[in-house]
Parts: sequence; C-alpha cells; structure tokens
Amino acid sequence: MKEKLVLVGNGMAGVRTLEELLKLAPDAYDITVFGAEPYGNYNRILLSPVLAGEKTVADIILNEESWYHEHGITLHKGKAVVRIDRRYRVVTAEDGTEARYDRLLLATGSRPVILPIPGHDLSGVIGFRDIRDVEAMLSAAQVYRHAVVIGGGLLGLEAANGLKKRGMRVTVVHLLDTLMERQLDKPAAALLQRALEESGLEFRMEAQTEAILGDNRVEAVRCKDGTEIPADLVVMAVGIRPNIELAKAAGIYCERGIVVNDTLQTYDPRVYAVGECVQHRGQLFGLVAPLFEQAKVCANHLAGFGIARYEGSMTSTKLKVTGIDLFSAGEFQGGAGYEELLFQDPARGIYKKLTVKDNRVKGAVLYGDTVDGSWYFQLMREGADISAFRENILFGQAHLGDSGHGSENRAALLPDSAEVCGCNGVCKKTIVDAIVHKKLFTLDEVRAHTKASASCGSCTGLVEQILQSTLGSDYSVSPKKKPLCKCTEHTHDEVRAAIRERGLKSIPEVFHSLDWKTPDGCHQCRPAINFYLLCAWPGEYRDDPQSRFINERVHANIQKDGTYSVVPRIWGGVTTPAELRAIADVAEKYQVPTVKITGGQRIDLLGVKKEDLPRIWADLNRAGLVSGHAYGKSLRTVKTCVGKEWCRFGTQDSTTMGIDLEKMTWGSWTPAKVKMAVSGCPRNCAEATIKDLGVVAVDSGWEIHVGGNGGVKVRATDFLCKVETDEEVKEYVAAYLQLYREEAHYLERTAHWIERVGLAYVKKRLVEDPAGRHALRDRFLESQRSAQVDPWAERAQGAERHEFEPVRRLEQNDYARCA
Amino acid sequence: MHAVREEETLKQWIPIARIDEIPRQGARVVTTATGNIAVFRSIDDRVFALLDRCPHKGGPLSQGIVHGRRVTCPLHNWVIELESGQAVAPDEGCARRFEVRVEEGMIAIALPAHEA
Repeated sequence: MKEKLVLVGNGMAGVRTLEELLKLAPDAYDITVFGAEPYGNYNRILLSPVLAGEKTVADIILNEESWYHEHGITLHKGKAVVRIDRRYRVVTAEDGTEARYDRLLLATGSRPVILPIPGHDLSGVIGFRDIRDVEAMLSAAQVYRHAVVIGGGLLGLEAANGLKKRGMRVTVVHLLDTLMERQLDKPAAALLQRALEESGLEFRMEAQTEAILGDNRVEAVRCKDGTEIPADLVVMAVGIRPNIELAKAAGIYCERGIVVNDTLQTYDPRVYAVGECVQHRGQLFGLVAPLFEQAKVCANHLAGFGIARYEGSMTSTKLKVTGIDLFSAGEFQGGAGYEELLFQDPARGIYKKLTVKDNRVKGAVLYGDTVDGSWYFQLMREGADISAFRENILFGQAHLGDSGHGSENRAALLPDSAEVCGCNGVCKKTIVDAIVHKKLFTLDEVRAHTKASASCGSCTGLVEQILQSTLGSDYSVSPKKKPLCKCTEHTHDEVRAAIRERGLKSIPEVFHSLDWKTPDGCHQCRPAINFYLLCAWPGEYRDDPQSRFINERVHANIQKDGTYSVVPRIWGGVTTPAELRAIADVAEKYQVPTVKITGGQRIDLLGVKKEDLPRIWADLNRAGLVSGHAYGKSLRTVKTCVGKEWCRFGTQDSTTMGIDLEKMTWGSWTPAKVKMAVSGCPRNCAEATIKDLGVVAVDSGWEIHVGGNGGVKVRATDFLCKVETDEEVKEYVAAYLQLYREEAHYLERTAHWIERVGLAYVKKRLVEDPAGRHALRDRFLESQRSAQVDPWAERAQGAERHEFEPVRRLEQNDYARCA
Repeated sequence: MHAVREEETLKQWIPIARIDEIPRQGARVVTTATGNIAVFRSIDDRVFALLDRCPHKGGPLSQGIVHGRRVTCPLHNWVIELESGQAVAPDEGCARRFEVRVEEGMIAIALPAHEA
C-alpha cells in the first residue's frame, strides 16, 4: 500500500516539488493536489507579460491537466482547502471533498496586502496576484480610462506598465521618494523613473493614499495632502503576506509565515511547506528561484533520501518591462564597512554600482547595461576575491578579455536573428522560443534543449541575460551551492574533503559514503572523482580506466570521424633531425592523412586508426619519442623561445629552462589541461603571459606569471613573484601545480580557479609561506614518482590490448556458417 | 527466450565473445560488413548491443563512458539508453539496437538474416 501525499496549493512551488519528487521516486506516493484556482499550475511570474499583451494565458500554463493524469495525480482544482485535521490526517475542501494523508505538503503561497483604508472594498479595487486579477484589469482597460497603482515596487510597476500598454492612463502612487527601493538605490531609481515617465506613466512620489473614493465603483484616490487622482481602477501592489490561516487554524506553528527547518519540515513532522507561505531562518520569500531550491530539497526528503538541506538563497531581480534593463542583487545599499564602486554615463542612460567589502562583491545595482549581472552575481555567490581586477570590474567581464561577445551587452535589444552561441549556431530567437514554449527556467535547461552555451561556454552570460529578459524579475542564475553533478547534492569541495577526511580510497567507496543517487555515477562525476582519488592517494590509488574519458583511456585524441591523433612529446619544443625523420617515417608507414604543427610547438599526426595506435607508438618509442599527453587533463606543453643561446636579446637560457620544467612536470594529471611557456626576455616571444604558468626571463632572474589563458576567453596572467635562481623557478612551478591539483575543481582551468580563489590567496600559499611552498613541492615530486611512466610504451608492449582491438571481426562467411 | 518464435526464424544468433572479454562499465566493438556494433557491459553485468553510431553526429558510442544503463557519446556528450538505443531527453534520436543473449558466459547477438 503506497503512502498518501496531499499537496495543498496548486502553484509553482508545490508542483515543482512534485516534479522533483517524481524524478527521484516516481512510485513512492499516491498524490492528491488541491488548488483554489480553476486552472492547472501556471507561471505566476509571467502574469505581467500577459497583462501587457505580450503573452496569453495559454502561454503561461506550466502543467496541463494531462500532466496530472499521466502521473496518476488526483487534481481537485477550484477547491480551496478549509480544514486540516492533523489527528486523523485528513484535509477537507470547502465543498466537502476530503483526502487522507501520510505526508502533507503546504504550498499555499501568499496574498496581496490590501491597505485597510476607507473605500478599499469598493468595486474596481484589486490586487495583482492571479489570473482573475489580470482578467479584471483587462476588462477594466476596455471600458475605463484612469488607473491608479498604489505601490511603486516591482509588481506595481509591472502592473502599471501593462495597464498603460492596454491604453489606460496610469498614475503610480508611491509612499517613498525611490521606486523599487528594495532593489534600487536612488540614482538607479531616478533613471528608471525618468524612462517610465518618458513612456507615459505618471508618478506621485512621497504620497500616502488616504482614501479611495466612490459610491459603488471606485472614482478617485485621495492622497494625504488632499489632492485627488481620478481612478476607475485601483491596483494595490504594496506587498504580499504569506497565506498561513489554514496552517494556523490547524495548530501548526507560524510566525509571519509557516515556520520550517532546513529540510522544509514544519513543527509537525508529517507536514512540509514550501514557497511564499513559509518562513525559513526568519526569512520570507517572494521570488521564484528560492522556491525552486526549496522544492528540490523538500522532494529529496519526501523521497526518503534525507540528505539535502536548504540553507537560504541569494537572489537577484530584474524588472519585466520591455526595453528597460535593470539588475539588482545582494546588499546593494552598502553601509558601514562597505565601499562603493560607481560608474555613471547619463548620456547613455547607464548606471552601475557595486558594493564591496574586503575585496568581495556584496551587492550590485545595474541600470541600462546589465550583461554583467550574472557575472557579478557569480562573484558574489562564490565570495571571490576581486583585488586582481577591481580597477576594471565595472567595465564588465568582456573588458577582462573575451574573444566572442565583447560588444554584445544588451540582450533585450539583440535582433532575433543574432547568433548567440557561435559553437552550436544558436540564434536568439531559438533560445527565446525554447524558454517560452518548453517552459524553461534555468541555464542548464536552456543548455539541454538548445545547446546554447553548452560547448565552450563563452556566451553563458549572454544566454543568462536572454533567460532573464524573457522570464523577467524572478529568474535567478543558479543555486548558491552547486552540486558536482546530478548524481549528488555534494559540491566538488565537499567530495574532496570527504575523500581526505574519511580516507575514501575508491570510487564505489565515495559513492557509498556520500549517498550517491545513482548506482555508478555518470560521465561527469566519475572522471572527477577518479582524479580526486588519484591526487589524494598518489602511488596507492589504482586508476579506474572506465571512469576516464576515451582520450585518457587510449592516450590519443578522438576526432570527429572516430580516428585518433598522435602527438609525440617534443621537450621544450626542441627537436632533432632524427626525431623528425622518425615522425615522417611513421606518417608515411601508417598513411597518416594530415600532419600539422600545433600551437604548442609540437607535431600532430591526425586521422590514425585506433588499431594502429600501439604500433605507431612502438615505432616512435624506438626513436626515443614518448607520449605528449596532448589528449589529457595533464601537462600538455612547455613552449619556449630560443633564449640567450642564439637570440641577441635573450637574457637567460629559456630553452633549457623549458626542457627542465617539462621533464619535471610531464605525466602529471591535473584538474584540466595545463600549458606552460618560458620566454628568454620581456619581449616574451613564447607568449608566456597567456599560459597557465608563464616564466619570463629578465636580466636579474625570472618572473613567474600564473593563471593565463589564450583560448575561449583571453586572460593575461597575474604576476606571482620574481626569483633569482633556476632552482627557485622549479620549486615555485612544482608548488603551484600541486596547489592547483589539490584545490581546483575538476575541469576548472587555472584562470578560472585563480579568479575564484583570488590571486591574494595563491600568493599567500606560495610566496608568503615558504614552509608551505616546500611541502607542496615535495608532495608534487612524490606524486610524480608514480606518474612518470610513458603510457605509450606500456601499450606498445601489449597493455590494455582490449582497448585497441575489436572483440570479433565478422566476415560474410561467418554469417553463412551460422545460417 | 522462446516468446517470439516467428522473429527467430528471421534472424541469426551469432556468438561474439565471452562476457569477460568486455570490460565492466565498458564496451568492445564487433566489426561487420555493414558497420560496427558496440557491445556494452554494465556494472551489474548486463550486456547490450547497439550500432556503433550516435544518432547525433555518428560518434562511436563504444568509446563512451558507460554509467547505469546508459552510455555518453564521446563526441558531444549525448546520453543514449543502452536498452532502447534512445537518446535521453531533451535530445532526440535512436541508435539501432540488436538483441543480445548470454548463455554460460557466452554472448550472442541477433543479426537479421537478410544481412547475412
């Protein structure tokens, strides 16, 4: 007999919880849903575009009745629940419909606050909460002329904008002198007010509504100063209040909302609550992103996994008024101990403010140019140290170097045909259509459906921007705590810590100890954990080839046609006629279709059949050539210039240094690929300042630069320090690589890692702590003892033969024989 | 095994390999005149066979990471169900599936007789 789950409240938070639950445990419950409104679940945040005529009610329905049917859910729509009997575990609706429960989920949402002023109960005075309110506004707009919106917050302005678009003359009455004061500071609010005034809205600021006048239907609104504003329709948008009467009457503990713990459980352990009706750690909720995070956690507990915790959300806001770009997040008002970074360009209508504390972004207000909103929000969530780029931060991420999208900074104004994702050829319209028609809410969903930003990721900011401008105010980028993959709630850092602290020595042990949701993980978590184990237990952990991407399993790069490429190591980019002859010989012998010089001073043999790989490697080995690891999350190349041996400007022997560094570091597995370079003088012909680690010779020694990247997003290195001797260079390089190996997330390049943890942190560990640096270097060299084995030689001698040969070759006569 | 006799007359069961020749959470390839067939072995020793071509851009599925009853294509990370050959939503497409049976550790796959 299945347990019974009853959901009270057929809105976004409750139904999202059911969706998450069905993903985890589709058969755990018999589910019954009560909804007071006569519709299936719809997207409440898109009511504003419906009002403005940009969408229809049908566009915003999220779950049709067929959805409930398909999942065997009993839906009682249009039936408000009036009583919960906790003793007998029964809920009763106003028409007498009853349902028994084993678990009850309350998602009763909130109600608009109606000010108790004289005339508030006149006909034509409404809130802005549901489809019925929108219908009332639309029918008023057809017959009447004057509308007053009380409240100049997010919802009030969206209502005002919609009514104006429907042809009404709209006045917004606001108590304070700043519009959207919970999201905007004064200068941004002034820009917004000016833009809205230009579009035709009228404002009464610092005005208190005293009474609503009229006999039967509203006729005017009177302010405290005695002025009267004609009104045929009054929309009260002064705030929302959690809908807790039902819970309260049932004796469930409530304060301002229904009080829940980090598992979304109320004081009655059989009763859970999510959404705008709850109060969690003293906080109430009015935006959609936190509701979705709650839904995920609540579903996890309803499914009996019992591992997720909701620890609050960080939210950002955007106004859904076409043509207006604004973004707000965090503690944007600042205060004692906060610094303010400001950018103002009145002529272009652009205003940006960041609040910063201890070199960390705490809040943001952007008006007119919001493309960097998601970037600032990410810096905020991660608590990233911005000291290395704070002088440029207000100019945006593009200004730090971006090859693709530097000039596109206003997603709302992009034409439909604009190509947003250059890798996968996805234009803006495709993304918008997918968001609207497939009801997408998150970046991950847009990636899954359209592939936009799913490859190199350089257009991620732009895609998030389009998501925001399509969905509007309540979209939030992503959860504060990002799980490693869909198989777990744990983050990269938590998994690494558990491996160390609990002494976990194999992938199954990690899965078991951390309650993995899948039996053997997925293509994202297995390679990550394999690396983390390898890094934590060097020499002891036995690598799991089945958890490696094919390139690292067969030590060559898979190509689009299923053939492979072979890149022998050429130490420091210095080779000999004999080596070149050996490479030429194998290229001819195995009829290699393409021979190409790589960007890292190596030679790439492309189009090799997999079965030929071990024999090619054997031939190359005989000439002294070994694997170049051009296929791995590992040390790729050390690029060098000729240095003082030949160059008239050279100050040090950069080629020898490059060769020495490559001999020291080859074979090391790293979170992502690592490229290094050594230049013999500050002219920097080896382009060391866009490498993961760059060494630049100066007359008095060597400069060490870190965290550069020449790929998707160009990032110049940060200067780490200057040293005098060759030995010191090697010490720093080994320590730096080990710090990166031990602390970066899998697949995180050094550039992103340093942006996340901050250059100051890396300097503290490497420059300011000599003992710590020596220890890191020692750990690196220790792990290299078991890592520096040529994988080509092993396989040329027959190891892993099954990887390279078919298990069976069927010829025509095999069939005949069987037949 | 005997449920669909009618079909059995139209196909041939061809012995391919012993199950321990396929790595757990891995795959091997059977070459045929009409294209490669990928033979997968899941962590719980179930065996599946699909045409070795991802429905997306023809990537060799045999080279992917096998997890649960699924494989991830090495070219662009499409995830394919091993039992049905269907791509996991929202991606759409299907890799051709071959019937498999394992008897006393010997894997056999069913090839349509007309391909013989």
